[in-house]
Amino acid sequence: MTAAPTKILKERGQHEVFCGLTSILWLHRKMPDAFFLIVGSRTCAHLMQSAAGVMIFAEPRFATAILEEGDLAGMDDMHEELDRVVAQLLSRRPDIKRLFLVGSCPSEVIKLDLEKAASRLHGIYDHVAICNFSGSGIETTFTQGEDQCLATLVSQLREGDEPNLVILGALPDVVEGQMKLLLSQMGVSNVHVLPTTNHDDDIWVGPNTSFMLTQPFLTDAWQMMTRRGATYIEAGFPFGAEGSYRWLRALVDAWGLELELFEQAVAKPYARAKDALARIRPELEGKSIFFMPDSQLEVPLARFLHEELGMRPMEVGMPYVTPGIHATDMDALPEYCLISEGQDVDLQLARVRKHRPDITVCGLGLANPLEAEGLTTKWAIELVFTPVHFFEQAADLAGLFARPLRRSGLLNMDAAE
Amino acid sequence: MKLAMWTYEGPPHVGAMRIATAMKGVHYVLHAPQGDTYADLLFTMIERRDHRPPVTYTTFQARDLGADTAQLLQDACRDAVERFQPDALLVGASCTAELIQDDPGGLAEGMNLSIPVVPLELPSYQRKENFGADETLFQMVKRLAKPCPRDEQISCNLLGPTALGFRHRDDVAELTKLLGEMGIKINAVMPLNARLQDVERLGAAHFNVLMYPETAESAARYLERAFDQPFTKNIPIGVGATEDFLAEISTLTGLPVTVDRSRLRLPWWSRSVDSTYLTGKRVFIFGDATHACAMARIARDELGFQVVGLGCYNREGARKLRQLAEEFGVKGLVTDDHLEVEEAIVELVPELILGTQMERHIAKRLGTACAVVSAPVHVQDFPARFAPQMGFEGANVIFDTVIHPLVMGLEEHLLTMFREDFEFHDAAGPSHHGAKASKPIDNLMPMDEANVPNLGDGAPVWHQDAEQELKKIPFFVRGKARRNTEEYARERGVVEISRETLYDAKAHYAR
Repeated sequence: MTAAPTKILKERGQHEVFCGLTSILWLHRKMPDAFFLIVGSRTCAHLMQSAAGVMIFAEPRFATAILEEGDLAGMDDMHEELDRVVAQLLSRRPDIKRLFLVGSCPSEVIKLDLEKAASRLHGIYDHVAICNFSGSGIETTFTQGEDQCLATLVSQLREGDEPNLVILGALPDVVEGQMKLLLSQMGVSNVHVLPTTNHDDDIWVGPNTSFMLTQPFLTDAWQMMTRRGATYIEAGFPFGAEGSYRWLRALVDAWGLELELFEQAVAKPYARAKDALARIRPELEGKSIFFMPDSQLEVPLARFLHEELGMRPMEVGMPYVTPGIHATDMDALPEYCLISEGQDVDLQLARVRKHRPDITVCGLGLANPLEAEGLTTKWAIELVFTPVHFFEQAADLAGLFARPLRRSGLLNMDAAE
Repeated sequence: MKLAMWTYEGPPHVGAMRIATAMKGVHYVLHAPQGDTYADLLFTMIERRDHRPPVTYTTFQARDLGADTAQLLQDACRDAVERFQPDALLVGASCTAELIQDDPGGLAEGMNLSIPVVPLELPSYQRKENFGADETLFQMVKRLAKPCPRDEQISCNLLGPTALGFRHRDDVAELTKLLGEMGIKINAVMPLNARLQDVERLGAAHFNVLMYPETAESAARYLERAFDQPFTKNIPIGVGATEDFLAEISTLTGLPVTVDRSRLRLPWWSRSVDSTYLTGKRVFIFGDATHACAMARIARDELGFQVVGLGCYNREGARKLRQLAEEFGVKGLVTDDHLEVEEAIVELVPELILGTQMERHIAKRLGTACAVVSAPVHVQDFPARFAPQMGFEGANVIFDTVIHPLVMGLEEHLLTMFREDFEFHDAAGPSHHGAKASKPIDNLMPMDEANVPNLGDGAPVWHQDAEQELKKIPFFVRGKARRNTEEYARERGVVEISRETLYDAKAHYAR
């Protein structure tokens, strides 16, 4: 075992990341009875459209209430306008059971009180749960939108004394199903996952609640759970064979579950995952990797790639580091790896050019320009939109990193001799 | 406050980015929070640009708001000038920065930088992307173009092609070729690939070609006033419009129209007998006003379609579009609400939609054939091959583009003759679209529901036998048949539609 990285480089400069609104792209698929109304500008609407692009063009369950010149004149009028837009929306979509009012940069700057708006509107539409959170880019990055949304949901859970396990983090349905099956095979009952697909699910929180995270970007939700008396079961994140094993094992240890039952439940998927990773390992072993800050998944993924596939993480950038959540995975990184928090994109790109890593994980705005410089890249956003957690996805996750390397090896456009 | 699901145009600062990104040696400092950096991916992903857009975002955060965001902006300007060494600097604010009122343009001007600074005031809560591009180009030209002697050889500037423009790269190449054949030199293209010295020398040209009024009309009008340069009013998209454009140039310059028409294929492709099936096809057109108007003329006069709907999303072009729509006997639709566009399409039941990527998605949902002919577009509409819209090659490209989504002429007949055929059936789609082919399905296709116009109360009722007969009509004309029959029934006060009514209507509308 190598010594862990000891210091974190903190940088402040131009950030090249999405804002928290982007989380709505997966949250609205995960919560089919919910609608997300961004109160913002044309830029917000354009961001959602550009980031989502062709991905989802069914009538989306998100929209933007675009502030116009007239709205900025007075606060009273703005609340009236918001009521009008919500009325328009709810009459068009009577199927909506939960409405999230989502704050944006402009709404935060003009201090539009969406909490007040939510409670006023809930008074009018008592059949719709209406609450608010912020996805603004002056306060949140990319995945922090989900964090803010979950923190709001946690604050609204009912009190309860019965022991239960709450798992925080939006997962693709297939992965959530696998996880729940494993937990039931391990003999765990009263498992709740947030966000829920169904608004009517009965979930409670109290002194006998334990909780775990499947996503490393849930800082505020984590704090809110703790504030509400729940106990955090600390674990690294469930990526790869070992990550998934240890995440489940942490629960076994915390709850004193039957070890034999646990080993029985994970034996096959654990072995399958290890086998699959062993086949991909030769493609990745010894290759260097550089993470630009993007989704907060950077440290756990670097842990997986380093520990389970033998890759060499040169720099792992995170928009922000929460030691209470990231320490376990960070400790498994090698000493030579630089952890950076925040960003000055031009300085960081200079480091990329200096290291010339075999693969650079970065946002969509940087990928093609780096490819044009002869560097191989992996779009970070794909890691958020693809099922990558737990045993059965271990090889898919490794494959996401192997494919760009394989591709650069395949292309050959020189003349035949 | 306006409820929007999808938008045709981005905010005005994205328009400014389209100018800055198109140019060489120009840098744009944008006072904006971190989330606004998403705009980079428009250029690197959708247009596959191999460089980052030349934009520095100040990316201020909540904690900076109480402190000195103005200092942040000045630091960003200084760093950008030092790091990228541009020849000129654009400075402006995005929607959020507009609210904190730092006056970025004024701050940057006060810094005594060694290069020209063009401050931009783009009202984010009133205007949109095209305005932003047009205004940015105008400000650059106004501040940077210098009086200079006319070129000896007759020359012109091409105004309007930007980054992220729909086929702008190829339109420039096509026009350069056409004008070259008439002996006209291109003095400067603005802003695509232009440098500061090109802007400074704009005045050397004898006239301007206004390629896209959406992005360059203000600049063209300014140059007309300031440097006495006339600009062209015809947009050379389509055969007739290209001829008009060439005639206009000839009048402006006194040069004869000496161009090579042998590469123009649209007229013969359209006259050849296999194109007969295009006759009277009902087409709905939507886009920016320039492209929508051009497509309307092509559709009617050069392909023999019937234009049943015409609209644009940019209100700057509303008057021109409404005028043309009236001439075509349809009501011009001016809206930036895609749901309104969808409603219009559902009501009109076109056989073909020519639109933007928004209409492509509407068409997909309705099961209607569609081709993309205007911005906004997605990555698949930035082809690797040469595919202009303007000039003779543009006309050829448009013919191919518009015909491709349709079921071919003889195939239409097969579909009509062999209704239950295992290969020729509704769900199979046009046979040249391999990926779409599927097994026949028994039940009514969902788009039938969508194709039912909402006639409100008193709509005639369909008998079982008429309903059955209707299903035997191929899907691409079924909506029209249903609509015609119902209209025929209503006009005659028939409340129940039988098989007989269906055929009476068919005979009535026979063409």
